[in-house]
Amino acid sequence: MLGYIIRRAMFSLVTIFLVSILSFAIIQLPPGDYVDSYIAQLQATGTPVSEAEAENLRARYGLDEPFVVQYGLWMRQVLRGNLGTSMQWQRPVREVIGDRLALTVVVSLAALVFTWMIALPIGIFSAVRQYSIADYIATTIGFMGLAVPNFLFALVIMYIGWSVFGLNVGGLFSAEYELQGWSFGKFVNLLTHLPVPAIVLGTAATAQGIRVLRNNLLDELRKPYVVTARAKGLSETRLILKYPVRVALNPLASTIGYMLPFIVSGSVIVSIVLSLPTVGPVLLTSLVSQDMFLAGAIVLLLGVMTIIGTFLSDMILLLIDPRIRMEE
Amino acid sequence: MANEETPLLSVRDLQTHFYTDEGLVRAVDGVSFDIHRGKTLGIVGESGCGKSVTARSLMRIIDPPGRIIGGSILLRQERNDGSGQIDEIEIAELSDTGQDIRNIRGEVIGLVFQEPMTSFSPVHTIGNQIVEAIQLHRSMDDRQARERAVELLTMVGVSRPEERLDELPFQMSGGLRQRAMIAMALACEPDLLIADEPTTALDVTTQSQILELMQDLQEQTGMAIMLITHNLGVIAEMADDVVVMYLGQVVEKGTVDEIFYAPKHPYTKALLRSIPNIYQPSRVELPTITGSIPHPYNRPSGCPFHPRCPDYMPGTCDVDQPQTVTSKTGQEVRCFLYTEGAVRVDGSGNSEKEERQWSHTS
Amino acid sequence: MADKEDLSRKPDEPRDPDIARPEATVGAGADYNADTEAARQIGTEGSEAEDRVAVATQFQLMWWRFRRHRLAMIGGIVVLCFYMVVVFADFLAYTSPQASEAERSLMPPQRVYLFDDGSFNPHVFGLDSRRNPQTFQREYFANPDDKIELEFFAEGFEYNLLGFIPTNRHLIGTRDREIGESVFLLGTDVQGRDMWSRLMYATRISLTIGLIAVVISIILGVVMGGLSGFYGGWVDMVVQRVMELLYSIPTIPLWMGLAAAVPDHWSILRIYFAITLIIALIGWTELARVVRGRLLALREEDFVMAANLAGASQFRIIFVHLIPLVLSHIIAAISLALPAMIVAETSLSFLGLGLRPPAVSWGVLLQGAQNIQAVAITPWLLLPAIPVIVVILAFSFLGDGLRDAADPYGM
Ligand SMILES: Nc1ncnc2c1ncn2[C@@H]1O[C@H](COP(=O)(O)OP(=O)(O)OP(=O)(O)O)[C@@H](O)[C@H]1O
Ligand code: SF4
Ligand SMILES: [Mg+2]
Repeated sequence: MLGYIIRRAMFSLVTIFLVSILSFAIIQLPPGDYVDSYIAQLQATGTPVSEAEAENLRARYGLDEPFVVQYGLWMRQVLRGNLGTSMQWQRPVREVIGDRLALTVVVSLAALVFTWMIALPIGIFSAVRQYSIADYIATTIGFMGLAVPNFLFALVIMYIGWSVFGLNVGGLFSAEYELQGWSFGKFVNLLTHLPVPAIVLGTAATAQGIRVLRNNLLDELRKPYVVTARAKGLSETRLILKYPVRVALNPLASTIGYMLPFIVSGSVIVSIVLSLPTVGPVLLTSLVSQDMFLAGAIVLLLGVMTIIGTFLSDMILLLIDPRIRMEE
Repeated sequence: MANEETPLLSVRDLQTHFYTDEGLVRAVDGVSFDIHRGKTLGIVGESGCGKSVTARSLMRIIDPPGRIIGGSILLRQERNDGSGQIDEIEIAELSDTGQDIRNIRGEVIGLVFQEPMTSFSPVHTIGNQIVEAIQLHRSMDDRQARERAVELLTMVGVSRPEERLDELPFQMSGGLRQRAMIAMALACEPDLLIADEPTTALDVTTQSQILELMQDLQEQTGMAIMLITHNLGVIAEMADDVVVMYLGQVVEKGTVDEIFYAPKHPYTKALLRSIPNIYQPSRVELPTITGSIPHPYNRPSGCPFHPRCPDYMPGTCDVDQPQTVTSKTGQEVRCFLYTEGAVRVDGSGNSEKEERQWSHTS
Repeated sequence: MADKEDLSRKPDEPRDPDIARPEATVGAGADYNADTEAARQIGTEGSEAEDRVAVATQFQLMWWRFRRHRLAMIGGIVVLCFYMVVVFADFLAYTSPQASEAERSLMPPQRVYLFDDGSFNPHVFGLDSRRNPQTFQREYFANPDDKIELEFFAEGFEYNLLGFIPTNRHLIGTRDREIGESVFLLGTDVQGRDMWSRLMYATRISLTIGLIAVVISIILGVVMGGLSGFYGGWVDMVVQRVMELLYSIPTIPLWMGLAAAVPDHWSILRIYFAITLIIALIGWTELARVVRGRLLALREEDFVMAANLAGASQFRIIFVHLIPLVLSHIIAAISLALPAMIVAETSLSFLGLGLRPPAVSWGVLLQGAQNIQAVAITPWLLLPAIPVIVVILAFSFLGDGLRDAADPYGM
């Protein structure tokens, strides 16, 4: 068991390392660097910038060094908790995305909770009543959920909310709380705003979850131990909940591992459409203006967050599946 | 099969069919037999002939798309108020999820089957699963039920039962698991134990230990056993009465002596010929039954055995279904060789054929 | 006795209900004989013929099983229709997708009347515009006196049908009016461009980009999966790690980063290919996973061993002998990968990181619907969402049916 945990942890560390390289590489991709676009921007507003000033800027950000050195510089700062300065906002990256990152976690977790709340009962139901009308409906809705791209779903919900109910369903806070510090009222306000992004983000994962659970459960329902349990005289409901569902949950728990990247990925686009105060919209603007430290930090943090989440879900799996626990 | 006492369970003309996408499978197609208290009924037949489906029909645990579409399964139970009154329960007519059938499962009929690997839930301890079986039918608290579970494991010869209870199935060997399975099936002292190929997955030594265990337990409790197997040796050792099945039908039925020393149906004879015999000269190829079992969706016309039968009579066997004939001793056989007045197109005499066959087997 | 010999050979034959040839189990003796006879002959004809038989029956089986999935069949037909639009986009459009006119900004869709006084005479009414004095918005009203009659296979702007047949025929035209200035079946966007015609061209771009991307990712997937699944060992290790990495991190931010790096000043064509390449990178992992899994299973089969012993090169074994056997699975995986690619393009373009105007794709069209408050007033700007959803659903059903048909027992 300890061996398993160590192996998983090692794997996560290696993945984090690779993600950091990828994030940095992405930032290096655009032709020209931030100083170019910064200068262009200044010049457009009528402020001339001299060569010397430009060089100065480049030196400050280490933009003249080779990739490896720049990466090394960046990582050393990151490991010290310094994510650099956003050139676009002229503020430390940590300040720019601190709250937003926390809200991204909140939104992703809300989506995950939503996913499970819906996927569990529907998945169980459609496996137990295979080929019933309800099963077909659930399967079809599941298909729709998988098929409709997140951002379109968000658009359609926004549209319906606005044109039918006259509501702006975007955002995570009402206007009066938006700029306030944290308070109980703000927290409650957040809770009332969470369902829409949770549903939009969670639907595809839910559809996936229903499918996985249904298939696992259909497999499990045919296993001899179900017959054994039935032959004891157990009632159908108790039987299904105690045995096949319990066994089918394990693979489902492991799907958190791949749902999380999926949800976090989706949250970026959905946040932009729903104008959520998460890192999504900031990532888009930072990419467009080539604000490398900001974009790099966001890609890196999203990756790290997901990897940690996946690691935690593996640990949960370890707790609930005695087979893994024993074998190691 | 002459048994004066009223049987514990009487199955009459049972039909269980599967409505699959590919077509109708008549897995059990008109099966009748009796099971008596304290006796063992053996059921033999090739793979796919409907043995397991018959057994599961008795407990109403047929998987969809299967359904019992006809026949009766009559269970006779002494009322437990001491009056000696016998209640008759028609199992075939109960709802398969209702309270009535659940009172029978585990309490009156216990089930043990082939796959000791998979017949326990992999994520619950053995103890959890046995205790559950006890508490379903006995009002015992957790401690009492656990004591009972220890008692049961001791009874089936599991060493260190206390520790075993907290183990998970995959930590136990196949033989141990099968013992635990039997313990669980016997948790509520059922009147009938259905053992569906209980030893097929085990090695020979373990096999005979398990069989002995079942015999001992039968002596102790007086329960009836319905033993399903491919292995005629097991039947010879264990069974009192034998039912031979082919393609969902009973082709022959008799006492164990009748089946082994006076088999009538060509299929039974073929089965018997295919078991190794110590009196046989060595290095002689064992005769096998020619051909293989027809596909369940394409049941042959007439006598289902006719494409493989050495005594096949064209014009009769492939046209009509033979009816069951009962001898004076109660041995039953379903074959035109024994029906009187059947048309013989090939003109050969019944007795002559009989003679030839007898000389082969003896 | 000959009879018995044949019967006893029966058990070697497939007993699987799905594989058993129908005639194999119909009756007794005679049929069995014919069948085994045929089997024996096939067996002696050498391995190439055997391969062909195996592949043919595999596809036949796949088709039989596929036909039973009604939804998948419908999905297939819908997908076909969409690709007809791709081929005939300029025939179906009636005006240039770029023709803009501020005067015609945000016109609502026109209602089409099929009958005129009981006789078939499709027509629409011209729209008069007026500025609302309060909101300063332009408002449009149908003018019942301004009847514009439509005709089919009418003349319009010049184009090359199928890319090489010069013509000016279009599905829809008007009798006596300049169509680009009078007919707006699905309304116009902010710049007054006709939505219907734009939608036709957008369909062409979005669906071909998906198709090209899928071809690239098949090549990537088959090569990576093929190498990984066949050689195993460290090659497999490396490919597996890369795939695991891509599965365990949120990839959209990565693709956004890549797409953002495509320079603005590139030509439409270069951007198109750059975006296609990025999208292809998104999809190859799944294909590689499928190919690898199947190959790992097949690698153990006898005939691979035989080919190995016969000295066939590894490359030949993978790409000549094995890939054809995996083909059905690849096809199924493709039809599941395609919708993902289409979504990827649409999302990137929607965010302004993919194709950029003047290119028209579904994503580019949907950019016009980013501001929801505005869309609430001009809902037809959301119309391009419908083909996106429909085609993705159709592909999903099709792919699901194909996958079931290719591998009825699950992977
Ligand atoms: N769930 C099911 N769906 C469809 N057909 C089934 C199902 N279960 C059993 N059958 C069919 O019923 C027939 C009898 O099966 P059964 O399991 O009773 O055979 P068996 O005699 O127990 O064989 P074995 O010795 O292999 O256990 C088979 O032909 C099988 O195809
Ligand atoms: S009825 Fe005919 S075919 Fe059937 S077992 Fe008897 S002799 Fe053989
Ligand atoms: Mg069986």
